[in-house]
Amino acid sequence: MSELTRLSAADLAGRIHAREVTSVQVTQACLDRIAAVDPAVRAFVHLDAQAALAVAAQVDDKLRRGDPPASPLAGVPVALKDVFTTLDMPTTCGSRTLRGWRPPYDATVTRRLRDAGVVIVGKTNMDEFAMGSSTENSAYGPTHNPWDLDRVPGGSGGGSAAAVAAFEVPLAVGTDTGGSIRQPSAMTGTVGVKPTYGGVSRYGLVAFSSSLDQGGPVARTVLDAALLHEVIGGYDALDSTSIDAPVPPVVHAARAGATADLAGLRVGVVREFRGDGYQPGVLRAFDVAVSRLSELGAQVVEVSCPSFDYALPAYYLIAPSECSSNLARFDGMRYGLRLGDDGTRSAEEVMSLTREAGFGPEVKRRIMLGTYALSAGYYDAYYGQAQKVRTLIIRDFAAAFERVDVLVSPTTPTTAFALGERVDDPLAMYLSDLCTIPADLAGNAALSVPAGLSDEDGLPVGLQVMAPAMADDRAYRVAAAYEVARDAADGGPLTHRVPGIEVVGEALC
Amino acid sequence: MPTISRDEVAHLARLARLAVTDEELDLFAGQLEVILTSVARVGEVAAADIPPTSHAVGLTDVFRADVPRPGLTQQQALLGAYATEGGRFRVPRILDEA
Amino acid sequence: MDYDEVLERFEPVLGLEVHVELSTATKMFCGCANSFGAPPNTHVCPTCLGLPGSLPVLNRAAVESAMRIGLALNCSIAPWCRFSRKNYFYPDMPKNFQISQYDEPIALHGSWAVPLADGSTFTVGIERAHMEEDTGKSLHVGGGTGRIHGANYSLLDYNRAGVPLIEIVTTPIVGAGARAPELARAYVTGLRDLLRALGVSDVRMDQGSLRCDANVSLMPRGSSTFGTRTETKNVNSLRSVERAVRYEMSRQAAVLASGGDVVQETRHFDEATDTTSPGRRKETSEDYRYFPEPDLVPIAPSEEWVARLRATLPELPGQRRARVQAEWGLSDLELRDLVNAGALDLIAATVEVGAPAEQARSWWVSYLSQQANSRDVELAELPITPHQVARVIALVGAGELTNTLARQVVDGILAGEGEPDEIVAARHLAVVSDDAELAAAVEQALAAQPDVAEKIRGGKVAAVGAIVGAVMRATGGQADAHRVRELVLARCTP
Repeated sequence: MSELTRLSAADLAGRIHAREVTSVQVTQACLDRIAAVDPAVRAFVHLDAQAALAVAAQVDDKLRRGDPPASPLAGVPVALKDVFTTLDMPTTCGSRTLRGWRPPYDATVTRRLRDAGVVIVGKTNMDEFAMGSSTENSAYGPTHNPWDLDRVPGGSGGGSAAAVAAFEVPLAVGTDTGGSIRQPSAMTGTVGVKPTYGGVSRYGLVAFSSSLDQGGPVARTVLDAALLHEVIGGYDALDSTSIDAPVPPVVHAARAGATADLAGLRVGVVREFRGDGYQPGVLRAFDVAVSRLSELGAQVVEVSCPSFDYALPAYYLIAPSECSSNLARFDGMRYGLRLGDDGTRSAEEVMSLTREAGFGPEVKRRIMLGTYALSAGYYDAYYGQAQKVRTLIIRDFAAAFERVDVLVSPTTPTTAFALGERVDDPLAMYLSDLCTIPADLAGNAALSVPAGLSDEDGLPVGLQVMAPAMADDRAYRVAAAYEVARDAADGGPLTHRVPGIEVVGEALC
Repeated sequence: MPTISRDEVAHLARLARLAVTDEELDLFAGQLEVILTSVARVGEVAAADIPPTSHAVGLTDVFRADVPRPGLTQQQALLGAYATEGGRFRVPRILDEA
Repeated sequence: MDYDEVLERFEPVLGLEVHVELSTATKMFCGCANSFGAPPNTHVCPTCLGLPGSLPVLNRAAVESAMRIGLALNCSIAPWCRFSRKNYFYPDMPKNFQISQYDEPIALHGSWAVPLADGSTFTVGIERAHMEEDTGKSLHVGGGTGRIHGANYSLLDYNRAGVPLIEIVTTPIVGAGARAPELARAYVTGLRDLLRALGVSDVRMDQGSLRCDANVSLMPRGSSTFGTRTETKNVNSLRSVERAVRYEMSRQAAVLASGGDVVQETRHFDEATDTTSPGRRKETSEDYRYFPEPDLVPIAPSEEWVARLRATLPELPGQRRARVQAEWGLSDLELRDLVNAGALDLIAATVEVGAPAEQARSWWVSYLSQQANSRDVELAELPITPHQVARVIALVGAGELTNTLARQVVDGILAGEGEPDEIVAARHLAVVSDDAELAAAVEQALAAQPDVAEKIRGGKVAAVGAIVGAVMRATGGQADAHRVRELVLARCTP
């Protein structure tokens, strides 16, 4: 493995901008690494080496001419979850129905990456339409966890997390609806951030659940995540739910956090997020992390958020309801798969045959669940009641943030589970989002930073840091301070402890 | 506790335009019942006087000026279509749903 | 059962739903041009095509138009409202849901005095005026008739998808009795005039920018329980509104009289037969699964915003009538005749854009009324605008058109040939006032009729007419007859 692929995005950018190394060299190193390990990891569903190298060459040319870099990440390779539209690459959302679909427009996130001179090397695998917690619901096959190829990388953004954890790229963009950035990050030992809802434009992000979906960065360091956050974040007039305010100063917070303690910071441990169903090794790693926060000077208290117990059921009503509507457009009439058009069948029949074959079982389950929850006779008991629970969760957060500056919990109840272990048990699968869902429902900022490894299986455990809306920087500050303390205690970055990858099999693309 | 019959699943599938198979009807009826029973827990929360939250951000009045913006060309619009004719999307015959 | 008998036994209850396409520059939720008649799928973007990842952003002008319509119909403007999604699959709807206001309309609880033909008014309750988006258009191919039934396949154009629509819904209208069909027509006519005065829509029923669905039910006399209603769609002209209501009243009365039950259903109006027929029965009952549109944020119009819009309301038709009657010194009878001819607002609008009242009135009540009669359409349905009429009047006033030529220009406008000036140029209708050209024509006419020329020279001025006539014929009526007469006299008198 080239040393370049081990470097952080911040280091790479520094060297590229100082012209110690070219973006082309860095991009090529990533492409080589992908060629070497992706047959085993299967993080990518689409790669465009030539286009990536061409963009890298342009960045190098500008720097050679003496132009200032277009952004602090100009020239750095990034992978994009295949849920953001891209003019020059297919956008499939892990679904058969969109196989080969080439959108006629770029997502705002895509455009911002291009404008920032970031090199998009390819699109990453995901659970179909971001519905899932293991990336096994992709029509293109599962992604494997670089820490243990027989385990899932989490989901839905398993491709983005695995690509970063496997040193295929230093950075990736994911989306989080119920935990789809943070949960895979926890399971792959990477940093994943769900910004405040409205902080990153959803224009061109193929919707799963519109009131919850939020794009965000995946990285190996807190600072790298912050750098990517500032590139993709900020107001967008094309998204009505975009917040018209400056991006919280996350890069500053990440730098400041790494060089200071947490004296005076009030940290609340969510009482509801432990107990039955939590893997003991996860709780032990979490407790170590909390004691480190204390050692850094934070005042740690326990905080109760009783409504969080109802977040999971509320989520599994709200998200399916919205998805049943958002996914109605995939009917084979205007784009995507069409099946059964034999000249005699009606549009209605062709739509039904197309949707039946175009969607996988989890998507169909959720569409039907949402259809049920929104139906006239059930709306109040299900969707309506779930929206009220949402209010209570927001109130719990508000009350908690009067007492503490941030809330912490394990990101997931367990470490990465085995491929196939939960595919036939939807409820067991849903439980892996238990701790991440409240922040999605409330819309506030939350991230997962590697807490350490579980002592029983040697797999990464995530420390979730939740902050109020538009206080994303606060979560970064805590995570950055924690990262430094953790690496000092461990004698090196946690991400570097990922085992070597034994390559068998074929890449997805 | 919600129970969901095969017929109800068939009804949902029709509403959602999913030509589900017989085996799926059995599978989904069982799974949906389990899931619905679990999520029905939201009903345990006493929330009669709690307003529902539909949007996580408290924004109101987000508008766009009434100014035209370039869109797609006809060719771009039709690019992903399964079939086209005369600049239009060609689709199977539409049943008359008044 | 004849109509009188229907009314003896039943009281009709009406509910009218009017859809108005707003004439904003862009669509409801995207920046695509809102225009009629462009090549298919050329005014589309990811948002109105419902492409994956696209998002709606609300057009401020559409919201303001909705509020102005609400205010003109004496509605309250909701201090807080939202959009919902109405979920159902149909190929002309790119997202398979329609963004529409559901239980939280922007304007509600209004009332409006509908002007009737006899000069009186009938006050109708306005339940709501809400915003929604239009669908695309389908073209049905095969099956011979171009109709949906029996077609082999369909072709879709999404230029209209996302065009802003306002749906105006009345409360149940009771008490119109025999005049229910007339009231239905007067309501749509009056609403059209009001919307035109507001300048918010083209209100062209023929192009679909004003569409009416009529709900009709019958209630036995003496009862206060509404009967089962039907909803008749596809009512695309003022005349059809009246006929559809009348037909449904008679049909339902016959069903009820024979001991049957009216089926709650959607029916189609057939313009050719003036009858309604049931639409296809759906296999599953309607369940639109409405829920708040998460991609749009709520609208919370401030009192100050509403007040500002109220101040922009123009003179509305009712107010205009009162003013015009006073200004033009019309008797009640004269006013009523103008109103009945559907001419008053058109005349007033023509005057507003600069035409003298006398000429404006003359054009609308004579030549244009004849044209409307011969085409069997309402005056206002003629494809000519007050602006265009005012321009023709101005051209006559400036001596650039004679009255004869002016009628040809108007014929051109009605034939869809364009604006007055374009037609003058295209049909070569300008008055020939070039003396040299006219003098040559006069010379030719005199030479062709030497006997007449001799009479004129002999002092028989009455004979001039024959020469003028000849010149007019020779110039295709484009000569200024007064000038020709002067030239003939000048040529024939020493």
